[in-house]
Amino acid sequence: MIEEQTSKDISQNRHASSSGQLSLEHLEVVSAWGGASRSASYVFRPTTEDQLHDLMLLAAKSGRSIGLRGGGNSYGDAALNSENILLDMRRMNRILEWNPVSGVIKLEPGVTISQLWQYVLEDGWWPPVVTGTSMTTIGGCAAMNVHGKNAYQAGPIGDHILEFELMLPSGESILCSREENSDLFFAAIGGFGMLGIFTSVTMQLKRVYSGLLDVQTETQPDLASMFDYFEAYVDYSDYIVGWIDSFSKGSALGRGDVHRANYLGSGADLAPSQTMRLENQHLTPNMFNVMPRSIIWIFMRPFMNNLGTSLINMAKYQAGRLGGSKQLRQPHAAFHFLLDYVPDWKNSYGPGGLIQYQPFIPKETARDAFADILRLCQRRGMPNYLTVFKRHRPDDFLMTHGLDGYSLAMDFRITDERRRRVAALARELDEIVLAAGGRFYFAKDSTLRPEVAQAYLGQETIDQFKAMKKRNDPDNLLQTDLWRRVFT
Amino acid sequence: MVESTRPGKRPLEPEKRAIVIGASSGIGAALVRRLALQGYTVAALARREEELHSLAKSVNANCPEDTETRVLVYGHDVNDTDVVPLLFQDIVRDLGGLDLIVYVTGIQPMVDANEYNFDKDAAMINVNVLGAIAWLNQAAIRFERTRGGHIVGISSIAGDRGRVGSPVYNTSKAALNTYLEALRNRLARRGVTVTTIKPGFVDTPNLANAAKTFWVISPEDAAAQIYLAIRRKRGTVYIPARWGMVGLIIRHIPSSIFRWMKF
Repeated sequence: MIEEQTSKDISQNRHASSSGQLSLEHLEVVSAWGGASRSASYVFRPTTEDQLHDLMLLAAKSGRSIGLRGGGNSYGDAALNSENILLDMRRMNRILEWNPVSGVIKLEPGVTISQLWQYVLEDGWWPPVVTGTSMTTIGGCAAMNVHGKNAYQAGPIGDHILEFELMLPSGESILCSREENSDLFFAAIGGFGMLGIFTSVTMQLKRVYSGLLDVQTETQPDLASMFDYFEAYVDYSDYIVGWIDSFSKGSALGRGDVHRANYLGSGADLAPSQTMRLENQHLTPNMFNVMPRSIIWIFMRPFMNNLGTSLINMAKYQAGRLGGSKQLRQPHAAFHFLLDYVPDWKNSYGPGGLIQYQPFIPKETARDAFADILRLCQRRGMPNYLTVFKRHRPDDFLMTHGLDGYSLAMDFRITDERRRRVAALARELDEIVLAAGGRFYFAKDSTLRPEVAQAYLGQETIDQFKAMKKRNDPDNLLQTDLWRRVFT
Repeated sequence: MVESTRPGKRPLEPEKRAIVIGASSGIGAALVRRLALQGYTVAALARREEELHSLAKSVNANCPEDTETRVLVYGHDVNDTDVVPLLFQDIVRDLGGLDLIVYVTGIQPMVDANEYNFDKDAAMINVNVLGAIAWLNQAAIRFERTRGGHIVGISSIAGDRGRVGSPVYNTSKAALNTYLEALRNRLARRGVTVTTIKPGFVDTPNLANAAKTFWVISPEDAAAQIYLAIRRKRGTVYIPARWGMVGLIIRHIPSSIFRWMKF
């Protein structure tokens, strides 16, 4: 009797799975990087193109869409696909070809920036564009068309991609470059994973003559000085990034620190083979030689409120001001991967996590718009705890966030009580940004609404993108929460 | 064509999502209304789809500020346990996630004092017990993996003792109580809440088959109290609360006396 029932159960399960049920063993809770939203997905981790193709067949059979996820560093829902299939691409991480003479490298999509720079630096090369964390993957970077602190000069990462192979949901693979299938080249880069799956990316790296950068730090007493400084130095700097004390008011509004850096020319570093060695790049595991950096966030947590962060922001500014202008040589990794310096720092924001709001505004209107934005956040009682200021330039990608202007990246702490208030504030900020002719960036986004995307991208661009999606992905197999939120 | 999960899901404005099985009338329908009012998106299941559609229509009309649909309708007979795993998965996809599942479905056919009718008995076990297990097992598997969620079973005070009036109805509710208790013990360590609701007399079609009634409350009252129990993440709740006292006494009457009692 018992045996009979067991065999009946098994046959029932088989019946269920043949009709398109997905195995619950794959169900995982996946979080937006900022931690402000999380949802469950059926997560698969393919290692080969054959497996990728099988997963697309499985998706079609089970009536579920496929979302693509790299390092999972998008702040919002760009790498989430609630209750559908999510492909974690990090196991497709082989370096396929490397030419240390030309600096051309061919990568599988799951290769991380960290893996990449460590592979090439000792040969005298560096990725031309890197993110603030080195945990991002090349596939994710291409899909989001990320930028770095040199965006005004180097542009987004897409400008350094020579070609890529894109697998369509049909299983067909298409080679795209500026010459071949160029419309797809300019749409899939920055196309947030909606037009196909990158299976290889070939890019041109940047020659470096030292493992160090010349870094200069200075403070700026207000927003106007900050802009002036950027205008004066963009032509003479390889990297510039500003940090703004968003609690500063009145005549000090927008004060902060600026870090700028230059590559060392050939011959400036007397022992480049030493400075380019990996052990001279790595961050030390301990802060002040005693505290493991992995637990620093625990000590930051009590300060993550309006009062605590206003003190931190003030102390940081004053320390920079009193210390005066500083010049130093820093390893590439230490300068670039600031976000990796305190691992899990986002945990200090508490269980509700954070979101980032990052508008890109043309240089003509940015001065007024940024002042309005900072003041509005203060008026609403929600100054950002970390605000980063960068310069950008336009590019040729269809869904780009790039323009000749500035961006202001603002981190907002999210709690249950603040959720709706931050959402309401974002709506108000959207108005300012749109009026100033600004744009947004999918990798950071949590608040964009369809009408705002339509306003800044233009209906024609969206139609063009959707037409391309229909051609490449007629069954609408590739989706994410971001796609559904903003474009359906 | 891959169907889309409900669009417009905003990261900063998370939705609460619920499944209610047995939603076409009585407590289930009232609970759907209550949950929708509290901001839940509800998947409403029952055999009678027409009733569900009119329920959905009236609820959705009452949420004017929201352009989104509040109530989704699925026709389902809880005797079809084979289809439950896939249907559950599809519904959760349609909802975009799941926070709460409530099994309301229950039948109580008229049974005479000396009647032993296996067809009626089997039907009660199938609907009141096996249907609940089929659905709540799915929720348990899911919530165990996602480390959170709330499972609610609408049982009855009738499950507290085996009485002369309706042996198998009592049995079915006792089985449901024990099943829910076991789920609670299994899942508590996974952050999952399991609530057993034990209503007394509620003014629903089933009530016609009860011999003698008192302290009758409306389905709306019942739904309000059930919602409160859900919000407070209670374990076992009598509705209304005074039935808790009755239950306590009933459970402690010695069998030697209880067997001579009339009810």
